[in-house]
Amino acid sequence: MGKQINVALIGNPNTGKTSVFNALTGLNQKVGNYPGITVEKKEGICKLPRGVKAHIIDLPGTYSLNASSLDENVVIELLLNKNDKDFPDVAVVISDVENLKRNLLLFTQIKDLEIPSILVINMADRMAYKGISLDIPYLEKQLETKIALISTRKNQGVKELKELIANYKDLSVKPCLNASEIDVEYFNNLRETFPNQLLYKLWLVITQDVNFGKTDRNEIDAVANFKTKSKSDLKRLQQKETIKRYQFINDTLKKGQKIDLSTAKDIRIKLDRVLTHKVWGYLIFGVILLTIFQAIYDWSSIPMDFIDSLFASLSEWTKNALPAGAFTNLIAEGIIPGLGGIVIFIPQIAFLFLFISILEESGYMSRVVFLMDRIMRRFGLSGKSVVPLISGTACAIPAIMATRNIESWKERLITILVTPFTTCSARLPVYLIIIALVIPEGRILGLSYQALTLMLLYLIGFGTAILSAYILNKVLKIKSKTFFVVEMPNYKLPMFKNVALTVLEKTKSFVFGAGKIILAISVVLWFLASYGPGENFNNAETIITNEYASQNLSDDELQQHIASYKLEHSFIGITGRAIEPVISPLGYDWKIGIAIVSSFAAREVFVGTLATIYSVGSDEEETIKNRMAGEINPILGGPLFNFASGISLLLFYAFAMQCMSTLAIVKRETNTWKWPILQLVIMSSFAYIVALIAYQLLK
Amino acid sequence: MQVTLADIKRGEKGIITDVSSIHIPLKLLEMGCLPGNSVELVQVAPFADPMYLNINGSHLAIRKETAIHILIEISNG
Repeated sequence: MGKQINVALIGNPNTGKTSVFNALTGLNQKVGNYPGITVEKKEGICKLPRGVKAHIIDLPGTYSLNASSLDENVVIELLLNKNDKDFPDVAVVISDVENLKRNLLLFTQIKDLEIPSILVINMADRMAYKGISLDIPYLEKQLETKIALISTRKNQGVKELKELIANYKDLSVKPCLNASEIDVEYFNNLRETFPNQLLYKLWLVITQDVNFGKTDRNEIDAVANFKTKSKSDLKRLQQKETIKRYQFINDTLKKGQKIDLSTAKDIRIKLDRVLTHKVWGYLIFGVILLTIFQAIYDWSSIPMDFIDSLFASLSEWTKNALPAGAFTNLIAEGIIPGLGGIVIFIPQIAFLFLFISILEESGYMSRVVFLMDRIMRRFGLSGKSVVPLISGTACAIPAIMATRNIESWKERLITILVTPFTTCSARLPVYLIIIALVIPEGRILGLSYQALTLMLLYLIGFGTAILSAYILNKVLKIKSKTFFVVEMPNYKLPMFKNVALTVLEKTKSFVFGAGKIILAISVVLWFLASYGPGENFNNAETIITNEYASQNLSDDELQQHIASYKLEHSFIGITGRAIEPVISPLGYDWKIGIAIVSSFAAREVFVGTLATIYSVGSDEEETIKNRMAGEINPILGGPLFNFASGISLLLFYAFAMQCMSTLAIVKRETNTWKWPILQLVIMSSFAYIVALIAYQLLK
Repeated sequence: MQVTLADIKRGEKGIITDVSSIHIPLKLLEMGCLPGNSVELVQVAPFADPMYLNINGSHLAIRKETAIHILIEISNG
């Protein structure tokens, strides 16, 4: 058996590239990151005829080989670097039968790199519907390639594509046009200076502002210094090149493609008349948003309750089943509740990505971008900021990664900076428990006060995001070319397989990405709360037993007193005491302080920390809540969680930058510590001030 | 009649005559916004911005500030 065939899937966005990838690899795929950057790397294995295997890599969508974003950079870097272990033996270029003309531009560029290429014409099932007919043999001859007509929806043509990949050695590597005709003298000069290099590769290196990888570095530097033309001259040449390529494509399609408009049908126009309408468009978008929220906060409560009780009983069971000791406690009180804190978010995350992937797959998301651009621009954002801001209600991490397709750096930076204000799902457990404690039950106009408070918190989060965007837009002096191009793809029925795989993938990456941190924190926390220095901690039992000897306490009560005494003198208790002066003006005691400090890593840790600190064995919310309700403010007396301190806490969590993973992502996406540190300082001090004012006014 | 793409009305068709290459990103050119290609306004958002266009068979939305750098000849009303 020979080696695996390296296959790269390349294509414009919206051509169904991912569907082809899913059809080829099925569940044999994994998603990782390119080293050092947050661009997703999707790869998989495909079994070909005669026992051959292919390693398939799904490259980010790009309109051409002229990169304008980090994602597109990945494509060029790979195609220019013959030494990369993923360098393709064969490039499979995916095109959409309805946009063949535009898709072929990228194809002709890849042919110029002399990589064996197969042209996939996807969505072939729509040809009759669109009145399109193709002369495949003619196109194959003109384009110097083999064509696979496939329909992933109808599962047609995939077998033929596999056959073509297996026989990639028969493919022609001849370019289909001679692009160097645009400036003969310049290109001849280039060829003579670097006789050993591929001409088109040289041209790409000269025209790109790409950070090429480690390999070939010296050579590329030498080429990049070959600047006999000014930047604007180069751009003019690129334009000439594009025109030249389109001329060739137009000529080819004139003979190879017939479109009979009389039989073509189009639902796009009819749907767009409603979905992008000045009034209906916004109304429909509003209804869709409401449905999503309803799903995330209502429908997912059933599986969440189930998971909650499952982990509580698992913890209980472990305690009984394993021999008592530090190890058992670590598992039952540290690791299992920690895992539970991660798993409980799965339903919400899954629902959110289900909706987002349906909206994207169907083509509707582009319409939202179109509708919202003008409004968002007033606040220094882009229509494309809507997607991150919506995703931010699940988690800021994927949301910040979703800002990549915003072309203007300033708009993108502002979106990154304000997205953490939106109410992410990690704030939800904190909100829920505090609302339950301090907001009275009761209804106004059929809506409960508690639900209204929750909604208000969402509005505050979104409002703050928008407002701070407005301020940032005025304050930040960044000159960046603002241009905005968004493709409006045709509407499509989402494919179940694609949606399911996206949900699976995103949920998995949440559980393993964010999950690791939450788990680590809960273990550290458990340790800090279970051990302490000095006499007081070690002799807790004797001290308490003596102190309460006269009071005739039941065994349970005594144990509880011992536990809280121990906690007070544990490492975490000592830390809490130290920070108490800072937080007592906000109405918090040292226990809340600890919860805030430990939840710096991830907000949802707050509830878990309180659960640990209030020495409640079981994980049932009711008992935590009752314990919290019974806490007494050490300075003022009266319940610790009253209206004033509750509101203060809610506001603190609404504004504070309490998420290490978000800071890490911001650092990676902005490539400097400047922005995440600024975010941390400004958001957290703002949170402190607002919480302080709220408490002082309300107490 | 020669106008900029920002002046096109809904349902009108035109042919692109000139594109100011300094102001227009290469990406837009690559999507088919080139002299000689056809253009049609499909839909406008409130305040006529951004514009939803059909350029050479590609459906895309661009902002008005970009559209003023594209010259067109209106071919029918």
